[in-house]
Amino acid sequence: MNTVLENQSATTSAAAKTVLEVEGLKTYFFVRQGVVKAVDDISFSLKAGEKLAIVGESGCGKSMTALSILRLVPDPPGRIVAGSIRLDGRDLLKLSDAEMRRVRGNQISMIFQEPMTSLNPVWSIGIQISEAIMLHQDVSRHEAFDKAVEMLKLVKIPEPARRAREYPHQLSGGMRQRAMTAMALACNPHVLLADEPTTALDVTIQAQILDLILELQERMGTAVVLITHDLGVVAETAQRVIVMYGGKKVEEATVEEIFETPLHPYTQGLLAAVPHLAAMSGLDATLPTRTRLKEIPGIVPALVNLPKGCTFAPRCAHASDVCCNEFPPYEMKRPGHGVACWHADKLQGDQHA
Amino acid sequence: MSPPPSDNAAGVITAKDEFGTAISAGSFDTELAKAGANVKSRWGMGLFLARRYPLGCVGLAIVLTFIFVALLAPYITAHDPLSTNPSISLAKPSAVYPMGTDFMGRDLFSRVVYGARTSLAVAFGATILGVFFGVLIGLASGYLGGWVDLTTQRVIDMLQALPTLILAMAMAAALGPSLMNTIIAIAIPKLPSIARVIRASTLSLREMPFVEAARAMGMSEMRIALRHILPNTLAPLIVLATAGLGSAILVEASLSFLGLGVPEPHPSWGRMLSESAAEYVRTAPWLVIFPGLAITCAVFGTNLLGDALRDLLDPRQRTSN
Amino acid sequence: MPDGNTAAPASVPVLDVRDLKKHFPVRKGLLRKTTGHVYAVDGVSFSIERGQTLGLVGESGCGKSTVARAVIRLIEPTSGEVRILGRDILSLSKDEMRASRRQAQIIFQDPFSSLNPRMSAGEIVGEPLLVHNIGNSRERAERVAALFDRVGLRASQMNSLPHQFSGGQRQRIGIARALALDPQLIIGDEPVSALDVSIQAQVINLLMDLQEEKNLSYLFIAHDLAVVEHISHRVAVMYLGRIVEHAGKRALFSNPQHPYTEALLAAVPIPNPRIKRQKRLVQGDVPSPINPPPGCHFHTRCPYVTEQCRIEVPPLIEVAPDHWAACHLRQPAAVAVA
Repeated sequence: MNTVLENQSATTSAAAKTVLEVEGLKTYFFVRQGVVKAVDDISFSLKAGEKLAIVGESGCGKSMTALSILRLVPDPPGRIVAGSIRLDGRDLLKLSDAEMRRVRGNQISMIFQEPMTSLNPVWSIGIQISEAIMLHQDVSRHEAFDKAVEMLKLVKIPEPARRAREYPHQLSGGMRQRAMTAMALACNPHVLLADEPTTALDVTIQAQILDLILELQERMGTAVVLITHDLGVVAETAQRVIVMYGGKKVEEATVEEIFETPLHPYTQGLLAAVPHLAAMSGLDATLPTRTRLKEIPGIVPALVNLPKGCTFAPRCAHASDVCCNEFPPYEMKRPGHGVACWHADKLQGDQHA
Repeated sequence: MSPPPSDNAAGVITAKDEFGTAISAGSFDTELAKAGANVKSRWGMGLFLARRYPLGCVGLAIVLTFIFVALLAPYITAHDPLSTNPSISLAKPSAVYPMGTDFMGRDLFSRVVYGARTSLAVAFGATILGVFFGVLIGLASGYLGGWVDLTTQRVIDMLQALPTLILAMAMAAALGPSLMNTIIAIAIPKLPSIARVIRASTLSLREMPFVEAARAMGMSEMRIALRHILPNTLAPLIVLATAGLGSAILVEASLSFLGLGVPEPHPSWGRMLSESAAEYVRTAPWLVIFPGLAITCAVFGTNLLGDALRDLLDPRQRTSN
Repeated sequence: MPDGNTAAPASVPVLDVRDLKKHFPVRKGLLRKTTGHVYAVDGVSFSIERGQTLGLVGESGCGKSTVARAVIRLIEPTSGEVRILGRDILSLSKDEMRASRRQAQIIFQDPFSSLNPRMSAGEIVGEPLLVHNIGNSRERAERVAALFDRVGLRASQMNSLPHQFSGGQRQRIGIARALALDPQLIIGDEPVSALDVSIQAQVINLLMDLQEEKNLSYLFIAHDLAVVEHISHRVAVMYLGRIVEHAGKRALFSNPQHPYTEALLAAVPIPNPRIKRQKRLVQGDVPSPINPPPGCHFHTRCPYVTEQCRIEVPPLIEVAPDHWAACHLRQPAAVAVA
């Protein structure tokens, strides 16, 4: 374990400066049925060039966290009610709308899940990318278009000069996601938010896009927040992982710690519930042919009228009285490994035994 | 506060919203159930809807008022709308004749009240007739496809090429004046829009997995159309039908104004206007004001109700928010 | 449902598909002239034994969902032969087909659109019984309650409308509906793909338990290789309308014989940060099925492509005992031994 921690501190060295710091972020939706606490007291920080993954199931608030950072929460009914989001020391929540527009796409940009709907069908992709460039840089239309072609080349689109004149529907899903990536990175942002960037793609294309994002991220020194539900993608791309459940952060650790010594029962359940590709994980011959998966009982909670106490308690095998009455505090259980669970110490003991 | 981001004209495509709760829009009762998820009683639901759609409730109140007035016409009028009395011709509004009398001395209030019967009979009759045949055509066209679809769509294209009023006038002139013929003349121009909407819903519903599931369990095509497709087109249908009531009232008034509508002795708002507009608008303005007001109110009420229903059942059709 | 299903002798496969083809015409213009065809399924053969699961994997557009629908005639196949319990269903009349639909049922991917939003959960599950005139209303209600119980729903939820259930629960309703007629074959068209990870495990377990209990056969279609590996006995890999590899699951996953299978397996992200994937990825996109490349469909992306691959369609041959692959680089098993 020690080596892991050392590795971790080596890669994201203490010298690397923090680019994004989210503190006590709360984004609530005020709807008929009550208050939906989509993001409830989320804090994390991101160093330059770091790769952070936010994992969770549908409705856990992971996408809302990203939208909150960009201040794109639909208002009404949503509103950021508390917290601060500091980008290079500047609190984004205190900026005017005009100032915020200069930040979006320039210092922070985002890649969405569905590249077809996030590109405008009536403009060629070259024009769309050059428009993004012209918003933030003082260049002529012609220079911007050249830069767009350059970006398309960077994301490995063959014949970039010709492709730049094509429209989104003429490109395949993978090509569109490449174009989206080119647009997002065109202004060399400090932070890239990628919201399920490969979920809509086929597995062979997904691998291409993930490789591309990682390669460019490394080359440009961009910090990445990867939002996903796919634990395989997390394991392959992230350095640090945040697990969200019911709008709250329940665990945060290095990727190795999360996969090897998860402390929150939800993280443990999630890892056990995923079928592993045995042949590729070196598990093959030892396993019986068809075993039952470990399931997490119950359903993913809707965020309206969440239960009192720990949001995971109704589905948790370890739940006790205290879990049902009070949400556990988020505490550091090991260096760099925090968890919000009343029984984390006990669970940690079990794992070592 | 905006309604949940839901569905399209078909009213069944379902989605998951940001919070993982199911949003399945469309059908009337699920919409209502969702809209009022937190209200338990029927009265609570009514209050809830009233708060959410105040204009819709005004519209509903107006429409209900007209319906009651039409139904209770003999009880709320003191005079026979048809009996003439030349001695009181063109009397001003007074306690006895609250809206005055016309040139033949007929009580205008009674005529306006009985006119509501004619207007509503034509509006509802034409809507029911139009919906029935429109649904039949749209369902057959969308579900059967092929040459049935191709032919009906071309016929509908031709019908739609003519303005509603012109088409209704042509129909009314061809059929001759009678209450039933007026209803038919107004129903026919309604067919295209209803058939179109039902066809579009049917086309998208036909591809839905639950329709495939019904087919996979061995259900006949007829039964699928009636049991799985038709009920899911109800939401856009109700919206369309309600919104069409107002235009039916207007078209009836226009036809009657032109002398092509409901014949004597049925009192008709449109004909009341045409009889008096030219000659008496200066000397006896009440003859124009009151029937005109009746038409305006009725159309206004149905339109308000239609808009509210559309917001409730079919949020995507809304043009602005 | 005690009666109705002719118990087939063990030797007859529950589903036997021979050279199944489905070509969709592409029509253009006012006169809807056919300008080409989408070769969605282009000569697919496989069979499923009783109590077995065949996993059918492939990327979007490879035709796997079309296969699912064509084998139960939700889509009429262009040509080929489909036998369910030995009976050729493509020769059946419409009425005969309706009656024999009891033997094969389907579960869909999207738990939100596969249930009629206007019907209660109980009505949805009971509808197949109604369609086939099984039992009186009391018997049907009992049967529905039993089905609810079996798939892990409460009988008290029978009157709820679909939108009142969560995604996983709705998928359970879909499963109960498929089970209502006691079929021998269940076709799952990506039945767990739309579900959250923790819910997906519940549904996979339920499907596997049901298979054991009722000796069901599954045609399980998915794009998630790990899920397919978990649930299947045999696996077939499809690429642009053709099966490129077909074998027992163990053999296929540990020793893939077709370059596409190899690429597919290499691309799956492994949920273990200590194992780094070999970076040997296939480049490019899946070509359009409207004008698929000649020869081996995979030759445009294959790292081992030869001249022969561009011209000649490789046949599906047995490269090892009970391990079939369609690749020019592989030799038939008998030859390889000799």
